[in-house]
Amino acid sequence: MKKVHLWLLLLPGLLFLTIFMIIPIFMTIGSTFYYEGEFTVDGYVKLLSDPYMLKILGTTLQVSFVTTLVCILLGFPTAYYISKTKARTKGILLMLALFPLLTSAIVRSFSWMVILGKNGLVNQFLLGIGLIDDPLKILYTPTAMMIGMIHLFLPLMIISLVGVMENIDGDLLQASESLGASRWKGFMSIIVPLCVPGLIVGSILVFVGSLTAYTTPQLLGGKQRVIATFLYQNAMTLNDWYMASVIATVMIVITFIIIGLMNRLARKLNPKG
Amino acid sequence: MKDKHRGLALFTTLVFIFLLGPLVIIIGTSFGDSSVLKFPPEGFSLKWYKNIFEVDMFMETFKVTMGVALLGNLIALLLGVPAAYALSRGHFRGKELLNSIFISPILIPGVVMGFTMLKFLVVQLNLPIYTSLLIGHIVLMLPFIIRVISSSLSNFDYSVEEASMSLGASRLKTFFTVVLPNIRSGLIAGVLLAFLESFNNVDISVFMTGPGVSTLPIQMLTYVENYFDPTIAAISVLLMVLTGLLMVMIERLMGLSYFTNK
Repeated sequence: MKKVHLWLLLLPGLLFLTIFMIIPIFMTIGSTFYYEGEFTVDGYVKLLSDPYMLKILGTTLQVSFVTTLVCILLGFPTAYYISKTKARTKGILLMLALFPLLTSAIVRSFSWMVILGKNGLVNQFLLGIGLIDDPLKILYTPTAMMIGMIHLFLPLMIISLVGVMENIDGDLLQASESLGASRWKGFMSIIVPLCVPGLIVGSILVFVGSLTAYTTPQLLGGKQRVIATFLYQNAMTLNDWYMASVIATVMIVITFIIIGLMNRLARKLNPKG
Repeated sequence: MKDKHRGLALFTTLVFIFLLGPLVIIIGTSFGDSSVLKFPPEGFSLKWYKNIFEVDMFMETFKVTMGVALLGNLIALLLGVPAAYALSRGHFRGKELLNSIFISPILIPGVVMGFTMLKFLVVQLNLPIYTSLLIGHIVLMLPFIIRVISSSLSNFDYSVEEASMSLGASRLKTFFTVVLPNIRSGLIAGVLLAFLESFNNVDISVFMTGPGVSTLPIQMLTYVENYFDPTIAAISVLLMVLTGLLMVMIERLMGLSYFTNK
């Protein structure tokens, strides 16, 4: 293909993204270093010294870590089971995992409001069997956010893991067993290492996803803020666009650092690429 | 599956109950009679479904959502198909970089995109909110279109194209008569996937609301924060039906390998 033709094909899309996405982002990042015409890093100092903002960063990281960890713990065995089933069952199970993934985050968070609320199912049940006298406050706590996020991102982990597990030769495990290794040992020393690339991809998706999620913390977190809802609050409720820009910049930087780190880790652990 | 996997099977069942149970509960509550959300529901009624069509805001925002998703999809196709073709057929320096730029809207946090677009498009460029919303959704949909079409193109044998061109058809004619019919199912799957992504989007749309402009998800969000009746459950059920239908179509068109082989 001629160079000119190539660029004619690429240019419309490239220009569109440059004007409407890349420039706005760089202008926002640039604007955080100027306040009323003067160079400053005050916004970042404030973000990293104000106890309220540190608490928000802390909650966000905590929720994201727990979500990623639980998704690995629940997702790994599930994906392993799915990858071992026959093609037909596998197709059905994958569709069942995919369905919640494609369903609106509002619908999914809303379902947890029904379950975890003051008059929700969990409280109705616990009151009903007499285990508690007053309804527990679960909704609008970090716990509710974590449950909602695990529900949101577990399918992503399962699907990423099934992708790599399908490609693992089943004979490897049998070979190790016939050579005398226990089933558990074979699993831990053969299957798990081969799954590391998928585990890393899944973890990036889940961790970055929960770090930047807006809908679920907004609906299930109540007054508990995470960075995404805090950005929204600063931009739309408090009208503090300077602080909102600082938060946006921090979110971009954190996202790219994590993606970069995990990519490097993945390359290191998987020399074949 | 053999007997020794029984523990694993039980574990998997529990995980799926956790994933799908809440959605089943929503379906149940949407048919309840009382105005408080209850499960199991008391009585049976379709009044919450009727209510959706009586609240003007739901209908208005539904139209905006559909309009943005469909028109945005069309523009994303016009921008994305040529780019995907150049990226998979061309050989040039900087291809990797361009590829990452086209995929980057997936990586950038949604609220960051929404906020920076509000700042730049609505405030600085003074564009109407509807236009900005549309632009935001086109950016959102582009990577999905490009990814799905690139993977369809790489599965389509280039020598067929070469044959057509060596027989005298121009590259453009070859594209429309040979390539396009062969990547049709991937194209449709990409359109459906991008549609779902746009239709469900909250992170960008939440920054782009104004007089007469708001999307259904944002209207639902506002509604849930103020009222807690089964109307949202009823809308949720309709959305799940839509999602289910589109998912089955995507699966038929290109299988599930797109999702498992990222």
